Formats: sequence, structure tokens, C-alpha cells
Amino acid sequence: MWVIKNKFVFIFSILAVTLFVFNSFVDDNPYFKITAKDVELKIPQGFPKPFYTFKNNKLSADVFMLGRKLFYDPLLSGDSTISCASCHQRIAAFGHIDHALSHGINGLIGKRNVSGLENLIWKDTYMWDGGVNNLEVQPINPITNPVEMNETLEHDVYKLKHNKQYVMLFNKAYHDTIINSERMLKALTQFTGLMISANSRYDKYMAGKDTFSNAEKNGLVIFRMKCANCHKEPLFTDNTYRNNGIKPDTALRDLGRAAITGTDRDVNTFKVPGLRNIERTYPYMHDGRFRNLKQVMDHYANPEDYDTGADLSLHKIGKLSEKEKSEVIAFLKTLTDTEFLYDKRFMDPDMRQ
Amino acid sequence: MKKILLLSSFMAILWVAMSFSVCKTSKEKLMIDVYNFVGDDMLRLDTVTYKNELGQSFTVTNFKYYISNITLKNTNGKEYKTNTYFLVDEADAASKELTLNDIPDGTYSSVEFTLGIDSLHNCNGAQTGVLDPVNGMFWAWNSGYVFLKLEGKSPASLSPGHIFEYHIGGYKSPNNCIRKINLTFDHSFAVNENEPNIWVLRADVSEILKTPETIDFSKLSSVTDFHHATEIADNYKDMFDITHVGYKK
Repeated sequence: MWVIKNKFVFIFSILAVTLFVFNSFVDDNPYFKITAKDVELKIPQGFPKPFYTFKNNKLSADVFMLGRKLFYDPLLSGDSTISCASCHQRIAAFGHIDHALSHGINGLIGKRNVSGLENLIWKDTYMWDGGVNNLEVQPINPITNPVEMNETLEHDVYKLKHNKQYVMLFNKAYHDTIINSERMLKALTQFTGLMISANSRYDKYMAGKDTFSNAEKNGLVIFRMKCANCHKEPLFTDNTYRNNGIKPDTALRDLGRAAITGTDRDVNTFKVPGLRNIERTYPYMHDGRFRNLKQVMDHYANPEDYDTGADLSLHKIGKLSEKEKSEVIAFLKTLTDTEFLYDKRFMDPDMRQ
Repeated sequence: MKKILLLSSFMAILWVAMSFSVCKTSKEKLMIDVYNFVGDDMLRLDTVTYKNELGQSFTVTNFKYYISNITLKNTNGKEYKTNTYFLVDEADAASKELTLNDIPDGTYSSVEFTLGIDSLHNCNGAQTGVLDPVNGMFWAWNSGYVFLKLEGKSPASLSPGHIFEYHIGGYKSPNNCIRKINLTFDHSFAVNENEPNIWVLRADVSEILKTPETIDFSKLSSVTDFHHATEIADNYKDMFDITHVGYKK
């Protein structure tokens, strides 16, 4: 028989067919398919009006899928080793698990702890110092930072224009052949902007659909009395900049908000972070100095050790007993949103993570 | 039948009236050619050495700035606003021809524009064209456009390579570097189909280095954030003048 006579040809064709099928599986895995319904913007009950509204960035499934591809692609970095997802890991609520300061390209270390990504459209500014004024231009920072992805925006656009798969994806998303930084950034924004976390046990408890243990209930009471002034519900931040009492790290010499405003009173102030999924985003603080929530509680409950410029509202906290600390921690863990963490829309369809 | 006739004659009258009103205000294409100078000399990048107020010699290696929202005022006091953004780059000849379309015929007595980008467009997120961050005129860490970049070399500068670099931006108080430029003409300029409709905008680099603040390259060779930025902005406020070209291109 012909096939048997040419058994190499036979094996080769089997291999080719298998590869083809596998490739198309990876590209069009129906499990990761995004539909129009997946990209509807739904404002959770009780959430305020978002700052970022997608007004000039019409949500669509194809643009979202392009953004997802870009988010997980190390192509965007200078040497194709670091993607957005390298430091924004889904299992860590898009923070960098177990890294106080992230290492970027060539093993270089940054100067701030990676923030988790969630409910970004309710932020008026981005970064610990609030230097970024619009979600769409946020990715330019990690892309161009020499210790993060060390690439130019211009070269990223060049690489995308010369990549067959991206040419196809941009075409699908925008129905023409234009590839530019605006579209690249807007696609990323659709992906990160829809990362909305509002289905934690806390949310269900508030909606009367779940119950809290006594410790969690007590923790919520203490939290509202002592922490909620800055970590305001339901986003658990009031979007202000404050000195949270930790003493400045003399090696980092990070001025915080003052580096943006040039104002003395902003020295050592940093943006109040939201606390949703906090259980997953360890370590904590802008420089990642605390490894666990117990250390965070110990800091806040010890006013004698506060930095001299500490925000006055911190003095509301006063002393906390060990029991109270553990109750607050129990409450904070109710902010973990497993539906968000395992939402397939935000997973890497190529499963590189 | 009568109704149809009435209606069609009404439509005809309307059409005639409309075409008249369109004809009444003709519109022209107005070119503004930008020439960068250093004092009385045309700016030449890299090759020509100039002197600042303090007698320090210098060369210019890069000179770029944004001009936006050009507004023309006619002799009747009527304003014609354009929603325009231009990035003038000394190294790119095409960038020095600013084209304004649909300028109504008339006699204009003054022009106002912004050196820089209005705060709305500093906060607009990802943009394209001259506002695309790939043009190297956008600060990512403290989002906003760099309105003006002047880079060069001076033996007086103590920076490595004796360079100086002034990157001026910032749209928020107290570091706001947006400057409105208002130029009133000595003689008003007519815009109509018989005119060349070419104006010349002259920008003088030496003005960026003096009045009110005299820049000493040995003391201030680098401005890349809000420190000293408004001093330079106050200097560049009066670097422009405009003239009319009396010939057809």
C-alpha cells in the first residue's frame, strides 16, 4: 500500500494534522470564547458611578479578546520575557504573589509593591502616587519602565504590525487595518476595566444571601469603627492619599504623592488601596514590607511606632487586642471573591500562566 | 395636485435660499508656516553655535512643541475657533506647515493659540495622531503631554556630555505650563480667495532662555518635571510673532 510504503509520509501527515487541530484548539478554545454578553458593563448594586465609563472605548468581545491576548503576551516587553501578567497574576487577584517588590526585565527590582487589579474604573487616578490620570494610559508605565518591561510604545506597535496573529486580531476588533498605540491601549483597558470584583462573601452577606461567623461579624464592627474612614465601603478606599504611619524606607527614598505634586504636605503619602481580595494580594503596603495581615494589624494597633507624619485619622484605631486583630482579619478574608478569581474571562486562553 | 405644486415650489425656494447662504460665506484654506529662529538667525540643528544672554555658547539638537486651538479674531471682534492640534518639530519640515481648513473670508486682526495641550486632552486617555504618545511628547509616570522640548549642548553645562534639556509640561496648578499666546497684528490680514492666505509664525528659541528668567546653563541644565518648569513657561510665553506673506506659494 502507498501509505505503508511511505510510512514516514504517513507519520508526518498524522503529526501535521494533530498539530493543526491542537493549534486551532488553542486559538479558538470555545471555553475561552468571549461573547457580547461577557463584555456588558454591569455596575454592582450599591457601587457609585465609575470614573471610567468606556464612552470613547466601545466595549466589544473582539476588542476585549485582543486586550486579553496583549495582557498575557511577553511580546510587549523589550526582550519578550515579561508580560503584564508576569507581575499581575490572576491567582493573586492580579497582584504579584509573595513579592514585596517585583522583578522585571533582566532581574531588575522595582521600587513599589504591585497592586492587585480590581474595580479599576472606580479609581480617579492610578499608581500608589496617583500620577496616572486615565486607565488607558496606565500601561505605558510598566511597558516603558527600564526595570519592568523596558520597551518603547513605538516598538510595541511595530512588533504588532509585523505579527500575523495580531494583524488578524486587530482587524477582527476594529474592522480595518490600522494598528496604533491608541487601539492597543484601549484594548488593554477593556480587559482590565472589566475586572470587577463584587461577589465576595461580604457582598453576599450585605445582600442577605450569606451568613457571617461571630468573629467575622465582630471584625466588621471593628473595621467600620476604626478602618472604614479611609477604607470606605463598598470599594474599601476613599481614593485619597495618606501617610499610613509606616516609617519611610531609607533605601527606597520614595516620596510618594509628593513626587507628582511637588507639595511638601504630600511627602510620604500614598493612595489608600482597596481591600477586596486582600487575602490573595500579600505582601502588603506600598513597599510590600508586611508579609501577612497579622503584621499589618500589629502596625496599625501600635501608635507609638507611627511615623511622625502619620495621618491623624489613624489615631482613631488605638490599641487592638489579639482577639480583635484576628476578628478584623477574619472579616478581611470575607472580601475574597472566588467568582472573580476563577472568572474564565480573565484567564489566559493559551494557559501560559 | 395643488398641494404638491405648493410644496415643490416651497422646496425650490428653500433650496435657492440655502444655496445662497452657503455662497455668502466662502471659506479658505489658511496656511501658517512656522520658522524657528535664534535671535535674528534661522535655527539650524546641531551645526550652528549660538550665544545666550550670558554669552554662553550653545547648539540646539532637538526642538519640538505643541500649538493648539488656534483662534482667529476678525476686525469686527468676531472669533473663529479651530479645534486643532499641531506638533511642530524642527527636524520635520512637514510639521512646520500648519493648515487650517474652512477659515471664513474676512479681515483678521489677531490670533490666539495655546502653547501646549488643554487640560481636557491631557486627561483623555489613549489618543492618536499628533497626540499619540509614540511621538515622545507624553509623560507616563505623571500623565500629561510635554508641551515643549528644547535640547542641546553647551560647554557651560555641567551635565554629562555638556547637554541641556528642558522638557516642559504640566496642566495642573501650581505647575501649569499651558500658555495662551495672543498676537495682535500691526495691520489686519485679509483672508479671501485673492490672497495668498499664508501667514508666517516665527518662534525665537532665545526667548525661552530669557525674560523674565535668564537661564544659566551652568546652573540649570535639566528641567524634566515640575521643578523650574513654570519659569521656562513664562519665558516661552513671548517667543512668537506672526507676519503676513505677500506672495503666492
